[in-house]
Amino acid sequence: MIFKGLIKKGSYYDSVSLMILSKELNKLDGIVDSSIVMGTAENKALLSAVGLNLEVFHDAGETDILIGIKASSLPAAENALQKIDQLFNDLQHHQDQSTDKNVHSFGAALKQLPEANLSLISIAGKYAAGEAMKALKQGLHVMIFSDNVSIAEEYELKQYAHDHELLLMGPDCGSAIINGIPLGFANVVQKGNIGIVAASGTGLQEVSSVISNHGAGISQAIGTGGRDIRKEIGGIMFLDALKVLGDDEETKVIVMISKPPHPDVLQKIADHVKKIKKPVIGILIGGNPEILRQAGVIPAITLEQAGLYAAAVSKGKETGSIDNDLAQRKTGIVALASTSGKGLQGKFLRGLFSGGTLCDETQLVLKDTIGYTYSNSPLNVDFRLTDLWKSRENSIIDLGEDEFTQGRPHPMIDYSLRNKRILQEVSDTDVAVILLDVVLGYGSHPDPASELVPVIHESKKISPAILFIGSVTGTDQDPQNKKNIVRELEKAGMIIMPSNVAASELAGQIIHQLSSKQPSRSI
Amino acid sequence: MALNDLFRQPLKVINTGLVSFKTNLETAGATAIQVSWKPPADVKKEAVTILNAHQHQIDEANRKALDIILNGKPFLTGMDKALDVIPGMRKDLILHSGPPITWDRMCGPTRGAIMGALIYEGFATTIEEAEKVASSGEIDYAPCHEHASVGPMAGIISASMPVFIIENEAYGNSAFCTLNEGLGKVLRYGAYGPEVIEKLRWMEKIMYPVLKNAIRKLGKIDLKNIIAQALHMGDEVHNRNRAATSLFYRTIAPAIVETSENKEDTVKVLNFINGNDHSFLNLSMPASKACLDAARNIPYSSIAVVMARNGTDFGVQLAGTGDKWFVGKSPVPDALFFPGFTKDDANPDIGDSAITETMGLGGFAIAAAPAIAQFVGGTAQDAIQYTLDMYEITAGENNVFQIPYLNFRGTPTGIDVRKVIEQNITPFIDTGVAHKNPGVGQVGAGVLSAPMEPFKKAFEGLAEEIQH
Repeated sequence: MIFKGLIKKGSYYDSVSLMILSKELNKLDGIVDSSIVMGTAENKALLSAVGLNLEVFHDAGETDILIGIKASSLPAAENALQKIDQLFNDLQHHQDQSTDKNVHSFGAALKQLPEANLSLISIAGKYAAGEAMKALKQGLHVMIFSDNVSIAEEYELKQYAHDHELLLMGPDCGSAIINGIPLGFANVVQKGNIGIVAASGTGLQEVSSVISNHGAGISQAIGTGGRDIRKEIGGIMFLDALKVLGDDEETKVIVMISKPPHPDVLQKIADHVKKIKKPVIGILIGGNPEILRQAGVIPAITLEQAGLYAAAVSKGKETGSIDNDLAQRKTGIVALASTSGKGLQGKFLRGLFSGGTLCDETQLVLKDTIGYTYSNSPLNVDFRLTDLWKSRENSIIDLGEDEFTQGRPHPMIDYSLRNKRILQEVSDTDVAVILLDVVLGYGSHPDPASELVPVIHESKKISPAILFIGSVTGTDQDPQNKKNIVRELEKAGMIIMPSNVAASELAGQIIHQLSSKQPSRSI
Repeated sequence: MALNDLFRQPLKVINTGLVSFKTNLETAGATAIQVSWKPPADVKKEAVTILNAHQHQIDEANRKALDIILNGKPFLTGMDKALDVIPGMRKDLILHSGPPITWDRMCGPTRGAIMGALIYEGFATTIEEAEKVASSGEIDYAPCHEHASVGPMAGIISASMPVFIIENEAYGNSAFCTLNEGLGKVLRYGAYGPEVIEKLRWMEKIMYPVLKNAIRKLGKIDLKNIIAQALHMGDEVHNRNRAATSLFYRTIAPAIVETSENKEDTVKVLNFINGNDHSFLNLSMPASKACLDAARNIPYSSIAVVMARNGTDFGVQLAGTGDKWFVGKSPVPDALFFPGFTKDDANPDIGDSAITETMGLGGFAIAAAPAIAQFVGGTAQDAIQYTLDMYEITAGENNVFQIPYLNFRGTPTGIDVRKVIEQNITPFIDTGVAHKNPGVGQVGAGVLSAPMEPFKKAFEGLAEEIQH
């Protein structure tokens, strides 16, 4: 029989806790008996009674903990002694899980939820990088929703994340879906086998919604933040996300969404795609997809098309019929434009957008029918609005841009700025059509119809002939329920098209037809 | 965690920022915890850069400081007259609580207590005379803390007052504190009437020798052990000392009976200790002081070794900045007032008793003391939240002092000024409230969060110290 004794000096625990500890010790292999007590005279007498008042305890005092072990072998005794510290630690940190305590720091939160695997950060940009680094250093993946993080900080964070096989989504990453959980602004979509990498938040929302609405589903949707594909960042996360989706067994089809990347980055992406053995659909909003096509990517021109392609490919279908359907729809839209354009007053279009990528896409669609449009974020720099509070001719405004969101919630959450702007636009007698996007999903306004319906009615009082056209990004599973929102907006007289592209095509056609009639009307 | 592993686990999210995201995550079926994040306190950028650059040295120094603080072994070993035992004590020196202050800036209670002490010491016979002497320049003033001492409230120590001697056996340093006078009209709250002086005389002539003999008989009393047990019995040993006083009484009473020669004195002394729930405060304070003083002068350390108030200013000292005081305006506590008094009567926070919080007791351990939860909003949950908050600004957890409700988690110990700044949370302090005018006494008890200013200065002061 082996006797081993250990003193923990200057500690104090109540006897019940210590008895529980010794019970734990007794469970270990080869432990015959053990006793853990405070070193009082009474306790020493107890130890003597069970033959555990060892010589090492002789000088121990009342504030010392005496740990006595009777074991069948020396290794068993030593093993038990090694376990002691852990047992004390567990005792001290065994926290009550049932109540949700207020924590003020990442460190304290991690103590309460030690198995946390993702940190979602939406605090002021100048503090976001620091919080993100804390999470990365603890091995957590990170999504930074905040903007106003410097590009140097973004690079540092992404390089660190890359080196440690972690995800760093953002900064300014508005949307992601990880393991079926929507993060930030994101829609409730079907689970499935399509993986998305997006350097565009609303692009991700529109494409994932289209996919889900056409009977396919999403495995993972990873946002990278819009700057990832710039030269300074070099596509670090875009490439990592492609890699991880390439390796992911659940993902059978990949969709890439971004604005045109820096040529070097685009080349890296193309080189990487060649190694992926899954179908890859790519959309470079407004960019030339030729390099991607050469790399084997199925290129899409619009977000809707990308979603439809992905849905078809994921079900093993050809994409050819999609192009036919879309072409047919376009013909239909020309006809629809001439009927719904009847009786309109004025000649100009004003688009007021909450989604930046949708705003870009609309301008691209319009370019083909009515040419460049004025914007705070124009395709052509000559069409930059000098006063962003005042539209001119055909204007397409991104209300989600920094200059509008300073000190104000995002227009997807807070409709007040857009509502005001709508009334301002319809008061301009030259305006014939208002084009809107309505983005649903987690994070967005809980009931956009309650905001838009009254403003549509009010607009019609100001300008009875005004026409509202729009599309709704989202699904029937979203908390707002797309079907209900569409029904209410249509009831208010708004034309809701199946996608942003379709809405933009219709608006463009109407304006185009109005302007060609213009000379005869002015007589 | 490799990237692909994330896809095989349920999502568990730490959400910092928009609370709606947390709600959404939970609705969608993920586990989420919200960080109630605040931007850091505003300090000079250069200071942040310097402290960040020296993070490892500071961490190392803090480990050392915390180790010393946690391993202190404070014992009550005896009693003596202040003049004979406090280092640097003189007949014409009066010690006060908090950071250094001149007579002209002293608050009412401190002035009252000083005038009372001058009468007690025989420098004056009337209060008018005492006031004249006090401001004449004949008398010097110094913080208790600069003489290894602590005093509750006004914290006045004059030459003839008997003091407890606490020895930190682990590190060989000592700390001193007067006897607690009980509640009501007492010197420490700035009262100076004849009954106050009379009580002080009785404590000196009768109580002191009785206690001294009893302590001598016992040899020494382990204060850390009493405090640890008291925390399990509902004390936090700042505003509530009932259990600790009982434990102390249980320890000392037999020795008093055994050593005292006069039955009448014995009964009076025993009743005095027994009748004053705060008897042990004047032991929990110097016990804390003895542990913290051992951690002074550790270069780079950002751990506070002193928080103290003189009723005008709130002062902080760090282990890594020597004898420097970092000072800001002392706030008026949130308090429950005795009948007839309001916040208008209250003096700004006063006393060295925040040494207990500096040691991980008092407000830091309020979760152990549900009986005084009415000071912090009335529910035990409120008290628990205050303690939990303090874990976020401390370097570690106590190895001896524990919170039963938190499954015997060690109390938050070792205030790290870096965390105070980063988390923008200041230490939470239990306190008594003195009337702002001299001669009145205590008007209430309550709590306060320490002001940020001294901590900002301490943060910047440490950066300066490191740079030079």
